[in-house]
Amino acid sequence: MIRQMVKLNWLRGLALLAFALLGVAACSQNENVIRIGVFNSLTGGTATFGISSTNGIKMAAEEWNAKGGLLGKQIQLIVEDDQSKPEEAAMVVTKLVNQNRVAAILGEVASSRTLAGAPIAQKAGIPLITPASTNPKVTKVGSYIFRVCYTDSFQGAVCARFAVQKLGLKRLAILTDVKNDYSIGLADYFKRDAVLLGGEIVSEESYSEGDTDFRAQLTSIKGANPEVIFVPGYYTEAGLIAKQVAEQNMNVKLIGGDGWDSPRTVEIGGAAVEGAFFCNHYSAEDTSQMVRTFVANHVKKYGYVPDAMAPLSYDAAELLFDAIQRAGSIDGAKIRDAIAQTKDFPGVCGNITIDAERNARKAAVMLQINQGKLKVYDVIQP
Amino acid sequence: MKQRGATRTLLVAALYLAVLLVLGNTLIPFIGPYYTQVLIFIGINIILAVSLNLILGFAGQFSIGHAGFMALGGYTSAALSFYVLAPLLAGFGTGGLISAISEPAALAVSLLVGGLAAALAGLLVGIPTLRLRGDYLAIATLGMGEIIRVVILNTDFVGGARGFTDIPRWTTFTWVFLLAGLCILVVRNLIASTMGRALIAVREDEDAAAAMGINTTRHKVFAFVLGAFFAGVAGGLQAHYLQYLHTNSFTFLRSIEIVVFVVLGGGGSITGSVIAATVLTILPEALRGAESWRMVIYSALLVVMMLTRPQGLMGGREFQWSWLLPGMKKK
Repeated sequence: MIRQMVKLNWLRGLALLAFALLGVAACSQNENVIRIGVFNSLTGGTATFGISSTNGIKMAAEEWNAKGGLLGKQIQLIVEDDQSKPEEAAMVVTKLVNQNRVAAILGEVASSRTLAGAPIAQKAGIPLITPASTNPKVTKVGSYIFRVCYTDSFQGAVCARFAVQKLGLKRLAILTDVKNDYSIGLADYFKRDAVLLGGEIVSEESYSEGDTDFRAQLTSIKGANPEVIFVPGYYTEAGLIAKQVAEQNMNVKLIGGDGWDSPRTVEIGGAAVEGAFFCNHYSAEDTSQMVRTFVANHVKKYGYVPDAMAPLSYDAAELLFDAIQRAGSIDGAKIRDAIAQTKDFPGVCGNITIDAERNARKAAVMLQINQGKLKVYDVIQP
Repeated sequence: MKQRGATRTLLVAALYLAVLLVLGNTLIPFIGPYYTQVLIFIGINIILAVSLNLILGFAGQFSIGHAGFMALGGYTSAALSFYVLAPLLAGFGTGGLISAISEPAALAVSLLVGGLAAALAGLLVGIPTLRLRGDYLAIATLGMGEIIRVVILNTDFVGGARGFTDIPRWTTFTWVFLLAGLCILVVRNLIASTMGRALIAVREDEDAAAAMGINTTRHKVFAFVLGAFFAGVAGGLQAHYLQYLHTNSFTFLRSIEIVVFVVLGGGGSITGSVIAATVLTILPEALRGAESWRMVIYSALLVVMMLTRPQGLMGGREFQWSWLLPGMKKK
């Protein structure tokens, strides 16, 4: 009997503790601020992207707050971690919308997590801007979902145009990461546009994220004798692929997407990535005033040169704050309309115009790796 | 006596359903979408934990492929709803009364098919792998889970690496807890049956059980298939709640999370699985205030709990009504 009573009390205590904790989580809210929700992967598989992106957003908010805030109020960022999991993303967006009652949401770098969170924001009528989700499906979720980066289709098309028209190379090979939606998307659109422009896809091979040996695929590609190999993967494999291409003594140009944007590409690839091109949102070595100021401020605040996630997220936040200012209200529908009307907004990653599909129309830069540094080779307008 | 037991079970089931319906119409609109979502994930996790407990806690088979079955069930039911049931329902029109009847019916069909697909996969992989024991079985199930995930990842029909979008939202609080209740009832009654006793015998000593005339492989496969069925149902519920599926939700880390529910709650205790699934779903949400320390605190709590109660919260014991009503004596 006594043993059972003890057991019961112990259970009750646990239940009480759980509910008390849940109560603490729903804390009080201050009405003299404008709350903006941020959801990103601060832990888990792609934590570096999430942290970098959140840093960019924080920088923008601090700058606005230092200038006196938005509509006379301070901006309060409510940052939530989704642990790099889609279901967690749905959870935190529900929380931001219903518990924190945010005016708008910024977030997710990865398309899979934006897609999990976007329907919730759409249903609640809260505008959501994603800084870097390139999957075309993202903004098709609904009228409240925007992006400030270009889509996979645009990037694939840019790479195709660059290869066929700018470089004048017609024999193209593709090496895709089949585990990665981004890579597959880029490859599809590259293929479509290259063929339209008169190029010829002579070989298509694939690998899986995490592979380290690509010799079998490269031997097959070599047999087709291409002039260009398009490698729309991440930096982790790009450097290794470049090295193995060099081993095979192939006389080809390597072209990649923005997934190559990491110091690791050059670290791993070394001499083998010399002369390779990749499409990106911006270059930290760009000499324009805006990029220089951003990079200098970022280095001062965080102590390192930002990757592309930070300026994209900074742009997303700046564009949102500007839209709220123009809307003159934190009403979801008014903010939505203001975002939709954005034209030639000066961002670090180029001027942004939001089109009817709620995607950003902006220029892409083609970078070339030159003595281990990234040089802007070409700017391609939409 | 047997008759009375059946009547009581029916009575409890009817009462449970009534409570769910009342709660679904009063509490749920009141607490708002966020707390509802937490409750729904608690329900889904309870189904996963109890079904894995059948395999891991009662039959003693170390399976770490539960997320694979969940993925298979989720994708199958989502594909059925998206390609067949939703267009069919749209054909009926969307009146208030029509959708009030047709949506639950469609969800039931979809979940059943999803569960059956997972069960079939459980049967196919169970027959060869359950002849293995211990570590070998764990590795085989881990591999199986990853195979399912990678196959889905490469199937464009269900979105492939881009994820499956626009799944109809049919899952409700009432449905989740109805199925969680059903899962608990099935597992509980199974354990009390001859089949269940045989499973426990297999867990305690496989050779001795075989010597007693129990067909150990058949019993293990049965537990495995039933567990997979409910994992598939849980996957279907998640799909029809989030309206979006991505294979990143079903990595082996998800399987490990379910194993944690079972081990923490106490292998062989349904009550333990329910409590652990509930607490471990609420905990990460409740700790959001701690920001970046959240997952550290969560993990530290797991370590502390395992150190202080290595047998799990319940240590194989079950909830008894007599705990709540001290006057009631167990007959």
